Amino acid sequence: MIELSGVTKTYDGQAVLTEVDVTIPRGRLTALVGPNGAGKSTLFGIASRLIVADAGHVTVDDLDIARARNEEVARRLAVLRQDNTLAARLSVADLVRFGRFPHSKGRLTADDHRIVAAAIAELELEPFRDRFLDQLSGGQRQRAFIAMVLAQDTDYVLLDEPLNNLDLRHSVQMMRRLRSLVDDHAKTIALVLHDVNFASAHADHIVALRDGIVVAQGPPEQIITPEVLSEVYEVDVSVLDHDGQRVAVYFR
Amino acid sequence: MPAGYSPLERARRRQTVLTIVALIVLALAALALYQFAWVTGSWSYTMNLRARQVGALVVAGVSVGVSSVVFQTIAGSRILTPGVMGFDALYVLVNTFVVFLFGSATFMTLSVAQLAVVNTAALTLFGVLLFRGLFRRHSRNLLVLVLIGIVMGALFASLSSFASRLLSPDDYLSLQSALFASFNTVDATLLAVVAVITLMGCAMLVPVLRHLDAIDLGFEGAICLGVPYHRVVSWCLLVVTALVATATALVGPITFLGLVVANLARQLLRTHRHRPLVVGSAAIGVVSTVIGQLVVARLLNQSTPLAVVVNVIGGIYFLALVMRTVRL
Repeated sequence: MIELSGVTKTYDGQAVLTEVDVTIPRGRLTALVGPNGAGKSTLFGIASRLIVADAGHVTVDDLDIARARNEEVARRLAVLRQDNTLAARLSVADLVRFGRFPHSKGRLTADDHRIVAAAIAELELEPFRDRFLDQLSGGQRQRAFIAMVLAQDTDYVLLDEPLNNLDLRHSVQMMRRLRSLVDDHAKTIALVLHDVNFASAHADHIVALRDGIVVAQGPPEQIITPEVLSEVYEVDVSVLDHDGQRVAVYFR
Repeated sequence: MPAGYSPLERARRRQTVLTIVALIVLALAALALYQFAWVTGSWSYTMNLRARQVGALVVAGVSVGVSSVVFQTIAGSRILTPGVMGFDALYVLVNTFVVFLFGSATFMTLSVAQLAVVNTAALTLFGVLLFRGLFRRHSRNLLVLVLIGIVMGALFASLSSFASRLLSPDDYLSLQSALFASFNTVDATLLAVVAVITLMGCAMLVPVLRHLDAIDLGFEGAICLGVPYHRVVSWCLLVVTALVATATALVGPITFLGLVVANLARQLLRTHRHRPLVVGSAAIGVVSTVIGQLVVARLLNQSTPLAVVVNVIGGIYFLALVMRTVRL
């Protein structure tokens, strides 16, 4: 379980997050949704120890991430960031191998190589494994970074907009893959999603954020409702039932 | 080679190793040429003098090569090297102030070795304090860093020249001889001390080389992989400043040498791994200082200092790099 309690962050006097309490339950897929500027990425950054909160704290199981040794956190928690520009010129395989760094400090064992190969295969990157990242499309690049996160093989995985740059097929595949990591491999996954319908279709738990405040958190049945979504996004939303899937409609 | 690498990767790695071997051979050939060719006067005298000069060129070349590649990585940019950031100008400034504050009398009572140690320590301390703060505040903004570096280089240089005007002629002379440890005579004790410092510096880098690979992923990428980022960066800055001091003590400040050497290493070796990069860069450093000095001594008849030759070529290269990265 990842627990954020009383998290507050202010940039230049502007509150981005105010006293946020969020629980990311163990063994579940949690989606973080909300409009632009709601503080999703800041909250994500604080949960993944890349941004230091002004107040409040974050614990991963029994570990306080502000106090724990960075390498210990890295063995429990893998992070996909939104901005993935690199100074170095790396091939896909080079990048995915970095996922093993917290475990082997760059001296890869046979086990490490096996895990790396599995992650590359899992994301269908085998045809590109020796290509350099700057020779890939946006979607292939995104998958390479996700493969690195998978190779890190941690109990907890945080992903900031993993569907960025992915087309419909790859988005659905990605969500199914994450779903199976939770269901079959007992991972705990939290991700920032732009599309509420993906959250509705795949998440176990949804946290809705607006103006740096948690507006609602709970199972999809409670969040994907016209009342809650209209309040979160400030547009009129209706929710349809399609064979048991709740689909938000807000296009007109 | 362990399993897990594709044939193409193995070929790339072999290529890298072969390139390093070729560079080392080239460096040795250049050294031999410098040592043994064009002897005119007394054989034994020439051999003795040249051996010291060769030693100085090797130590300076290694220092510049290693420190520049490492600095590029921790700065997260290929156009930032210690020279560009004004490190060697800082060395001159620190020395000038030591003379300014304590006078040449104190200066003279110190042995060459003691002086080298004092200088290195002073520069390292000051350099780490200054550049660590700078990195933490502006690490995201490359242009700001370049600008600060160039301004600081100029500021340090003018402060040094200002302070040296305030010195008595005697003090000034002893400063000059201490600063530009006249390459034509190379003091054997100084060389030994500086070589030891350089060796220690390189040895200190060995345990963090793999961390540096991960630091290439940037601050956030490295943190996510559990790299003790601030500890590694501070440690590397410490070593880099010490290495800059040793190189500058031997051949004087050469602003753009490191830039050329480190980028050549990255281009030729085509790898992101720091173990081969650092070795290759050191070899290229030696090749360039030795060939540069050969050109200066044998072709230009000492009419132009090494720094001028290197900076003309390096300065053009720097401009080309900046234009390409920034697209002004």
